[in-house]
Amino acid sequence: MARVVVDVMLKSEILDPQGEAVLGALPRLGVTDVASVRIGKRVEIEFDENAQNVEEQSRVIADQLLANPVIESFTVSVERDPVEAA
Amino acid sequence: MSQYVAVDTVGVAEATPDEKQPWAELGLKEDEYQRIREILGRRPTQSELAMYSIMWSEHCSYKSSRVHLRQFNEKNPRTPRLLAGIGENAGVVAIDDNIAVTFKVESHNHPSYVEPKQGAATGVGGIIRDIIAMGARPIAVMDSLRFGAIDHPDTARVLPGVVDGIGHYGNCVGLPNIGGETYFDPCYQGNPLVNALSVGVLPRSRLQSMQASGTGNIVILLGAKTGRDGIGGVSVLASATFSESGEDDARPSVQVGDPFTEKLLIEVCLELFDAGLVVGVQDLGGAGLTCALSETAAAGDGGMHVDLELVPLRAKGMEPHDILASESQERMLLIVDPAKAEEVLARAHRWGLLATAIGTVTDSGRLVVDFHGQTVVDVPPKSLADEGPVYNRPIAEPNDLGLIAVDRAETLPRPTTAEEIRQTVLDMAASPNLCDKSWITEQYDSSVFGNTVLGTPHDAGVVRLDERTGVGIAISLDGNGRFARLDPYLGAQLALAEAYRNVAVTGATPIAVSDCLNFGSPEDPHVMWQFERAVTGIADGCQKLGIPVTGGNVSFYNQTGREAIHPTPVIGVLGVIDDVARRIPLGLGRTGDTIALLGTTHEELSGSEWASVKHGHLGGVPPKVDLDHEMKLADLLSRLAETEQLAAAHDLSQGGLAQALVEAISFSGMGAQILLPEGADPFTYLFSESSGRVLVVIPRGQELAVRTACESRGLPITPLGVADANTDGLHLRDHFDITRDEIDAAFKGRIGARLGE
Repeated sequence: MARVVVDVMLKSEILDPQGEAVLGALPRLGVTDVASVRIGKRVEIEFDENAQNVEEQSRVIADQLLANPVIESFTVSVERDPVEAA
Repeated sequence: MSQYVAVDTVGVAEATPDEKQPWAELGLKEDEYQRIREILGRRPTQSELAMYSIMWSEHCSYKSSRVHLRQFNEKNPRTPRLLAGIGENAGVVAIDDNIAVTFKVESHNHPSYVEPKQGAATGVGGIIRDIIAMGARPIAVMDSLRFGAIDHPDTARVLPGVVDGIGHYGNCVGLPNIGGETYFDPCYQGNPLVNALSVGVLPRSRLQSMQASGTGNIVILLGAKTGRDGIGGVSVLASATFSESGEDDARPSVQVGDPFTEKLLIEVCLELFDAGLVVGVQDLGGAGLTCALSETAAAGDGGMHVDLELVPLRAKGMEPHDILASESQERMLLIVDPAKAEEVLARAHRWGLLATAIGTVTDSGRLVVDFHGQTVVDVPPKSLADEGPVYNRPIAEPNDLGLIAVDRAETLPRPTTAEEIRQTVLDMAASPNLCDKSWITEQYDSSVFGNTVLGTPHDAGVVRLDERTGVGIAISLDGNGRFARLDPYLGAQLALAEAYRNVAVTGATPIAVSDCLNFGSPEDPHVMWQFERAVTGIADGCQKLGIPVTGGNVSFYNQTGREAIHPTPVIGVLGVIDDVARRIPLGLGRTGDTIALLGTTHEELSGSEWASVKHGHLGGVPPKVDLDHEMKLADLLSRLAETEQLAAAHDLSQGGLAQALVEAISFSGMGAQILLPEGADPFTYLFSESSGRVLVVIPRGQELAVRTACESRGLPITPLGVADANTDGLHLRDHFDITRDEIDAAFKGRIGARLGE
């Protein structure tokens, strides 16, 4: 069984209001040495046991559904079943 | 610090006069580039080249439209109400001795196609900052939207994104969305139109200026940090740097806004204005610091010196031209007396906003920008802001004009039997342009502040300005690309007349106009002809109606390949109503009230929705415009509102009388018994789109008074029937009945269903 993790982040030059808000809240916790906070999302996809082209399919999913490629970038990483991998 | 070594300074530019520069890639013509060299007496630095390319672009310089827009100034009626007009951030009109309102409509078409949600959201953010820059508190927004065919797959991407963006920004910043319009036409497929309007209110004494005057005054940048947002074309200057630093390859010209920062900007700016701490103010919009610095310096009386490294940055390694060209949102530029600068910075800080002194006003007559002590810009500011190129582009009447004019919709086959006409009423009510738009408008907060008196689906949005006096304003935003395609002069006047009438229908008196002119490429002589005709139509119309054009914007290049959009002038009319408690709503009043039609119905079907929906036809000559009649109508309606002699009123426009009845019945929950005048052809009477008509509902006992008021003004009035809560839907005597359920089934829920939601 293949598990795929897709990480979606706003491209670096795009403003992240959510990250800025967290950054702005940090001094209230006494944390004053943070330069930047960027918030994205992590999506975990589990394919059926005999699924083929898992990485390719995940890229399609990420590109067309999970991420907005105009302002976001994504990475796809495939985690093979530990037993199979061994 | 090696990254600063390569900076192109004035000194470097003087030493390397022959360096090849990417002026063509930046959109400048060769003679424009030569003029820059003449103005400076040397080659421009990279930063200067970036600034000239931006300020001399069509978007900022109005180089193709300027010669025609002069007509607004030449023909604008003089009115003591006009406190600030064309050329300011937004027009300002006086409401009474104490308060004034400012409003403006602006396009954000292209960004909304590239990234619908953020494009539309930043469009709303941008127009709100124009309102703040005049010293006003924004109190409402409105939008005029045009998309491609509703069943085209890309519309399902663009429309929900645009609506989400408008709703997200407006709702978060806390402004009610009080109306607007949404239309579909295949001509907008690759070029959707997103025109956003904002309106604000101010005490007359708080009116602000964009002048950077007073040598020694401090230039303060307020609001968000500056990042690589929307650097777009200017990035050609930095392509080498980018690939070396291993940044993301794409540098999209997309900006993301933050409405919560915008809300803080509103509050900080108003606090600073009230405390008298600001000499001049300008918002940072399309061209960022470049535009704000050059416009404030040019409007002032001297020069300006800026130390660019003081600008707070969000991204690493930004070069001077990046900082100057960045379109990061939620920023304002303030000109402040040095004695008050500390207090300005402290007050901004208290609101949690960044504020940074980045320069001073000088008497040098030059805009000088240093970056870490090296001069990268040294230019006369007026050469950027006011003395850009002006083109008198070739104009040619389209060849197909004669053919279009004779291809009249009046000759198309029509429904004849009662059953066919009945079905046409329902089919029209279900068509994309006429159907209920709640799917869109329900996503917007329309009542925050508690001052919205009328919102969607009323003909105009009405907002209360003062709780004690009840004084308020009404605004409507209208356009009709189909009419303008047939005849741009008449089409523009029809849009003006409709917006004017929509305001009048609420009982308000129209006082001012803002326009957003959406056209194809100005390099196409046929498009320029359309533009010239439309501008002339608006200018002539406003002169006749006695209400000035106070501002707006021009959006050219709404064109994919050789296919331009229909010429689409969108007109915003603002009116004033002395007491909003007396506004006239949409509806049918009470059982027994008389339904009547003001105005005359001619056989005018060319350009109509019926021709489009039933025949996919666009040809002929649009309906006639009679502005004298519109003025009489507006005068009558405001009088009848004052004396409370109307229970309801509704403008007749797209879809004609049939659609007006469908809307009134669906909205009010009442039924209507209608008897068409003797001899009237039912099809023509129901579907003609003759202008200057209003459906009115007269309370029992007022019929004679209303008739007399009409007759004394020479306005035709035709009784059509009565409102009746016991009638189920529409009873058209001698013809057909349509139940309320049938009307609602056709009219409602269409947009979501067509988008597959």
